[in-house]
Amino acid sequence: MKAIDVKNLSKRYRLQGKSKAGTIRDLLLESVPFGKKTEIEDERVLWALRDVSFSVETGESLALIGNNGAGKSTLLKILSRIVRPTSGEALLNGRTGSLLEVGTGFHRELSGRENIYLNGAVLGMKRSEINERFDEIVAFSEIERFLETPIKFYSSGMFMRLAFAVAAHLEPEILMVDEVLAVGDLAFQRKCLKKMRDISEHGRTVLFVSHNMQAVTRLCQRAIWIENGRLREDGLCKNVVSNYLNSRVETSSAREWAPENAPGSESVVLCSVKAIDASADGSAAFDIRNDIFLEIGYEIRTAGSIVSPAFQLVNEENICVFTTYDLDPKWRHKPREKGFYTSRARIPANTLAEGNFRVTAICSTAEPHKVHFEEADAVSFMVTDSIEGNSARGDFGGQIDGVVRPVLEWRTEKVET
Amino acid sequence: MRTTHAIRIRPENDGILAEIRELFDYRELFYQLVWRDLKVRYKQTLLGVLWAVLQPALTALIFTIIFSRVAGFQMKEIPYWIFALSGFTFWTFANSSVNFASNSLVHHKELVTKIYFPRMIVPLSAVGAYFADLLLTLLVLFGGMAYFGATVTWKLLLVPAFLLFLVVIVASLSLFLSALNVRFRDVKFVVPFFLQVWLFLSPVFYSSDWVPQKYQYVFALNPLTGCLNGFRHILFGTDLDMVSFGISCAAAFTLFFVSVAVFKSMENDFADVL
Repeated sequence: MKAIDVKNLSKRYRLQGKSKAGTIRDLLLESVPFGKKTEIEDERVLWALRDVSFSVETGESLALIGNNGAGKSTLLKILSRIVRPTSGEALLNGRTGSLLEVGTGFHRELSGRENIYLNGAVLGMKRSEINERFDEIVAFSEIERFLETPIKFYSSGMFMRLAFAVAAHLEPEILMVDEVLAVGDLAFQRKCLKKMRDISEHGRTVLFVSHNMQAVTRLCQRAIWIENGRLREDGLCKNVVSNYLNSRVETSSAREWAPENAPGSESVVLCSVKAIDASADGSAAFDIRNDIFLEIGYEIRTAGSIVSPAFQLVNEENICVFTTYDLDPKWRHKPREKGFYTSRARIPANTLAEGNFRVTAICSTAEPHKVHFEEADAVSFMVTDSIEGNSARGDFGGQIDGVVRPVLEWRTEKVET
Repeated sequence: MRTTHAIRIRPENDGILAEIRELFDYRELFYQLVWRDLKVRYKQTLLGVLWAVLQPALTALIFTIIFSRVAGFQMKEIPYWIFALSGFTFWTFANSSVNFASNSLVHHKELVTKIYFPRMIVPLSAVGAYFADLLLTLLVLFGGMAYFGATVTWKLLLVPAFLLFLVVIVASLSLFLSALNVRFRDVKFVVPFFLQVWLFLSPVFYSSDWVPQKYQYVFALNPLTGCLNGFRHILFGTDLDMVSFGISCAAAFTLFFVSVAVFKSMENDFADVL
């Protein structure tokens, strides 16, 4: 069954320009015919969404990705009925809850208890439902002692916990989440992600808008990429995410250089670099459980050159994860003939942490020391770590710190005393 | 937002029946907002809910001193003070509600732009919170009537009908002005002025008998005129011109339908404009 069915949805905004009537005075001035009003009509119109169609099956979790202002939030606002579309329609089957509004409708002067009831009502719960879940909500938010205290005396952490507790206990069949992960501390973000995973594992439908591509690939099987209000791509999450990332950074997972502008010296010239995994399907997103191969193609132009290619990997925080040199004994220390060569490095499965990596391609000679080329950001790729349970993350659905994420051998024994 | 039915999202409004059902479905939110307004309003005040009564009572007292003692106004059947108190009981409700409700949508910007619910709940709950004050003031009014020995008749049973009449007028204006305020922030400057004029054009502290005969029907176009005259008729047995009363009723109905229509036509843009 379809949980969400969106057909040709469009939303037009008139830009708040100078001639937009904001006060009665403006409206009166506007209605005075000075003639030039109609010509600029088109410039004042912005299509936040244009003809977007897709459907989501019950139990599916779908990510909405795209740049700021692409129309993701507008789409979510339409689906949560805050604004109406200009044309098209959408059908929602099942109870809908949205986490666009964590903490909305709280009143600072009222106590925690009063706010639970108020916020529950704001989110559309009936009093009996709030009564039923009241103890659970209080327990989840860990504010028992301050239940009767006005929330203006709460710390921001307590406030967020309470707000999320109420929203999380809505138990919707369709959950829409917009960047809640951007607020709150790390522990709170983890709690959010865990709750979302619980929800999607219980056969509910999740619609997730985020700029956190790691969270997206972890939680969703499918993704929709929205660009300039239009649906650009709809497909397997890791593919869409990788295409999206490739469109943003100028590099991709494979690149070739034309001989005339290739980096290099008179003896060695760079030809190509690519990152692939075992599936080799052209995607730039690699499952953490697969081997990843970095391949460099180069041309030796001076016979007798002794060179060693190398790669350097840099992650999103600009930390150099490692540098690796070609140590293949077949060519190490050996002069080479003119011609084209490829060197391939295998990064074993379960080595890198999830995230984006940029590859610097290097070729140098050790003795006498000479760097023939050092091409920063030659290619980039992404490592995804889904929550299927057989990677290093085990059953943990949240964010895991660390530059690498190896699967280590563990052994646990009961100690006899 | 939550609902148990399949929802169809379209550019147009749903049917009027669906809207009314939805308003009913969200009654819990209405109660909670009313309750919240009441609690917040009297929190950290010394006299608390007494203020609800003090405002109309003190205003009536001042008008009694000025008009009855100083200017020598006299009513035919009843003391001026109880006449003024009955007027200000209604007026305080109308004045506070419209003043507060007209800004309610802008004030609840955060709710309106982030959550779905029937938008009418916001201004209506603002009116609802002052309705509680009105009920309290009515007790004082009845106390005053008992004090000067008003005759109790079966007509007192009609009091709820006039409360409803008053609520329809006030709620309509609140819907109209709150919706307009979202688009035109001029409204917040207009409202205090409008309320002042409205007070002088309504028989709150003077009797409509004092209005020249030829202006009676024009005067009755103000729905509050008929509402107050009718209310006093059932309380004190003062005269009630049925034609004028009919005009006021018709004016109230017109106001109601126009306001609801204006609100419905503007509400789809609220989240975008706020």
